[in-house]
Amino acid sequence: MHANNGTDPSAIGTRLPAPEARYDIVVIGAGPAGIFAAREGAAAGKSVLLVDEHPVPGAAMGNDVPLFFGGRMTAATQNAERMLETVFMSEPGLEAAMDEGIEVLLGTSAWGVYRNGPGMAALPEAVVALADATRGWLVGFGELVLATGARDLAIGFPGWNQPGVMGAAALTMLLSRYEAFAGKRVLLMGSHDLALHTALLAREKGVDVAGLVEVRDAPQGDPALAEAVRAAQIPFYLNDAVAEARGGIDGVESVRLRSGAEIACDTVVLAIGLVPSIELIDAMGGKRVLDGARGGYVPGENAGIRCVGDCAGLADTGFDHVAYRMEWARELGQLSAPDTIVCQCEEVTRADLLGVQPPHYLERPAPMAARSLDTLIKDGPPNPDQIKRLTRAGMGVCQGRRCRDQVAMMLAMAANGPFGTVPLATHRAPVRPLPLRILADWEESEDMRSGWDVWFGIPTQWVPYRDIDTPREREHQQAIAGNMSL
Amino acid sequence: MTNTGTNFGLNVGRETPQETMATIAGTANAMKVVIVGGGVTGLSAGWWLARSGAAVTVLDKGIVGWEASGRNGGGASHYQSPLFEEEQRMWPEMDALLGYPTEHQKERIVMAVTEKQLRQYHYIAKMNNEMGYRVDLLEADQVRAMVPLAGDNCLGGMHYRFGGHANPQRTVQAYAWALQDLGGRICQHSPVTGFETEGGKVVAVHATSGRYECDAVVVAAGPQIGALMAKLGVSVPLAAARAEMIVTEPAPMMPIGGVDGNGLYGRQTMRGNLAYGGGPHEWLATFEAGPAARPSSPLTRNLARRVAELFPKAAHLNVIRSWAGIVENTPDGRPIIDRMKGPENVVVATMSGVGFGLSPASGHAVRDLVVDGQCSFTDIAKLSLSRFDGIEPDWREQRGWQAPKAELAA
Ligand SMILES: Cc1cc2nc3c(=O)[nH]c(=O)nc-3n(C[C@H](O)[C@H](O)[C@H](O)COP(=O)(O)OP(=O)(O)OC[C@H]3O[C@@H](n4cnc5c(N)ncnc54)[C@H](O)[C@@H]3O)c2cc1C
Repeated sequence: MHANNGTDPSAIGTRLPAPEARYDIVVIGAGPAGIFAAREGAAAGKSVLLVDEHPVPGAAMGNDVPLFFGGRMTAATQNAERMLETVFMSEPGLEAAMDEGIEVLLGTSAWGVYRNGPGMAALPEAVVALADATRGWLVGFGELVLATGARDLAIGFPGWNQPGVMGAAALTMLLSRYEAFAGKRVLLMGSHDLALHTALLAREKGVDVAGLVEVRDAPQGDPALAEAVRAAQIPFYLNDAVAEARGGIDGVESVRLRSGAEIACDTVVLAIGLVPSIELIDAMGGKRVLDGARGGYVPGENAGIRCVGDCAGLADTGFDHVAYRMEWARELGQLSAPDTIVCQCEEVTRADLLGVQPPHYLERPAPMAARSLDTLIKDGPPNPDQIKRLTRAGMGVCQGRRCRDQVAMMLAMAANGPFGTVPLATHRAPVRPLPLRILADWEESEDMRSGWDVWFGIPTQWVPYRDIDTPREREHQQAIAGNMSL
Repeated sequence: MTNTGTNFGLNVGRETPQETMATIAGTANAMKVVIVGGGVTGLSAGWWLARSGAAVTVLDKGIVGWEASGRNGGGASHYQSPLFEEEQRMWPEMDALLGYPTEHQKERIVMAVTEKQLRQYHYIAKMNNEMGYRVDLLEADQVRAMVPLAGDNCLGGMHYRFGGHANPQRTVQAYAWALQDLGGRICQHSPVTGFETEGGKVVAVHATSGRYECDAVVVAAGPQIGALMAKLGVSVPLAAARAEMIVTEPAPMMPIGGVDGNGLYGRQTMRGNLAYGGGPHEWLATFEAGPAARPSSPLTRNLARRVAELFPKAAHLNVIRSWAGIVENTPDGRPIIDRMKGPENVVVATMSGVGFGLSPASGHAVRDLVVDGQCSFTDIAKLSLSRFDGIEPDWREQRGWQAPKAELAA
């Protein structure tokens, strides 16, 4: 009830909780860069929390979170305890970090960073939000170090939406950390360092490597690495591209190249490029900048947050990653029919994306069918999130991991501009798909519960029009308080 | 089924929307109308005006629907409003009239998981039935039969045999495209910076993209209405705040998607996602250029909890996004839809935080005010700006609605 006493009982006030723990330094990502940063902090006498989401739950892996696993993980990944041990043992730096007093949490993802700034002043302090397999919670920090690495860049082609099409980072993770790769024979797309390294690793781990497919006319990466691949008798298919992946119930069985070659394999590995994992920065409204030599969108300057390792941008070797992947995208686009799927979760085709058409469960009357990216562009620079909401591309459970980058590439090409013409669709917290029951704050304060209202808690708002300024107005206000429906 | 009291369905019993369209066609021929704000309110008004033959230009500072209109819960069941019956008459026809899908779905179920909620819902049901809007009370088992995701904690609920929900972004875009199809112009990325007046009228609107001559102006700029109207010497008391929502991955389709309760508003989308909001808002400062950011907060967790309580059988579903939007409120939380005394060709429309569902009707009311000077289909006198004449300058502070100092300083 409005007492006009200077307080709003339904406003956020001080209801957002303080973090349940606080560290001088919180490091997200326990790869080499994250472990280094954590140990450096500990050596300087700081309290340090180091978290890493691996091993991720089997269900998340099935949604290609955080890497493009393509359904090629073994059943061992369903055994959480065994995976925890395997992942821990495969990174010797973790044990050293623990010995130095660093608190290490594996199987723990960071799904949001929250701090006061434009549009928000209600947080007691800046926090990073974490979740493991059982619950979610908030942690405060003096400094936040993001060492979240880089993730797979996926570009679709006919047949890419089936088990057995995966990313190079996912393959590397399964081979070297999880020991849980289910494929036997892989064909790689790309020939830059990422593809070369991945091919050699696969060979070393006893996986049969059918070859590397390259759109350009020569291997792209470090000549010494290319030579090592050649020496291992792994063929390059140059000036070529994957025209189609064919398969059966268990996914990929063979690949047809543009040149006509047929290659038997159970796995196609997208090794065209990696994109720095900027989800947390982007979702908190932090700055991001486009840098083709460093893998695409990379974090800008963000006070209080330090990005290290690949998430800060790939090492600049003078190679233009973005130009290279755009060439791939153009080529694969030409080999793809209009009904080739772009967004797997929402089953959005190339034609529907570029036509800015709604999903198939909706009608497309003539005026709708006549709309397209071209008509949208006439109204001004298109906004990627607007296109996302209209087509649903990127709106699925993988949170756009499989299609966000290729959608941006396709839209740029369709708009006849360079990559970035239509920027990357934004990321949103939680930057990992997390079950309601895990995300939920089951320990929320009484204050949060008692002040909760469905909308603004302005009782006069809901009085039926005819009863305004009548004696019934008060009765309604008391009975319903603010609890109405929208 | 347990029903209380009277049991009328919503019986409007008047002409069809198509007949209305035919009646108003041509009545505003060649009238130049500039609309400031491409949210649902401005766009619906533009669409109605274009149907009447007006030459409509909509100016938005960004893209259409980028503020509250594309970020809301999509609910459309506002029985408290004088616009409600017109809303209910229009919604089922909107896809056909606009030519684009809005995802409108009929009816709602509101379910309780606490005794207090149940008492409130019973009161709301009674209130509606007295107004002739049919609400059926449901026993817990009946709710569980109709809402497959409900759980043992459900204590009962109510079934609105009216109302519904739609997809906000798709609806905004549908209005915008339909307006263009009628010859209207939409200028995005065109913030309005001022007005040119002459003889007690606005004769042109200035935007960064140019000068737009007009016979009439509609100011439907959401939280920015205050600053814009101040340029015309009119004071419109408004306070803006942030509201947040979350959405899950798709759940199996429920027979009625418009299910909420437990302190939440929201819906199951036609794709199956559960999209819900509710809970505390944060009052904010309003800037003429619009909000610098629309961050969501850890309130995401409290929303997740309530959705899990509402739908225990969906508690395993992944939350995949959260977002926030900014809405303006008047001191009494009711809309202002009014034509100004001076400049007399200006109509102001703020829906005070509840404007998506009512948009098919708010646009009609605005059209009527612009063309005829009064609303043709319902009484909206209690929504006039004059009710705030003489309001105390510190009305925000009195209500505890002031913006945080930290934000003002920024
Ligand atoms: C999270 C959330 C949930 C909600 N749920 C519901 C619900 O379930 N049901 C319901 O009915 N309502 C709901 N609402 C409220 C509803 O979204 C708004 O009331 C409605 O969208 C208001 O529409 P509008 O067009 O009046 O304003 P807005 O959507 O705010 O549009 C105003 C437009 O004006 C433009 N503008 C501002 N300044 C200028 C300028 N100087 N020049 C040019 N253009 C300018 C802005 O860019 C904006 O596009 C919700 C709101 C939020 C935020």
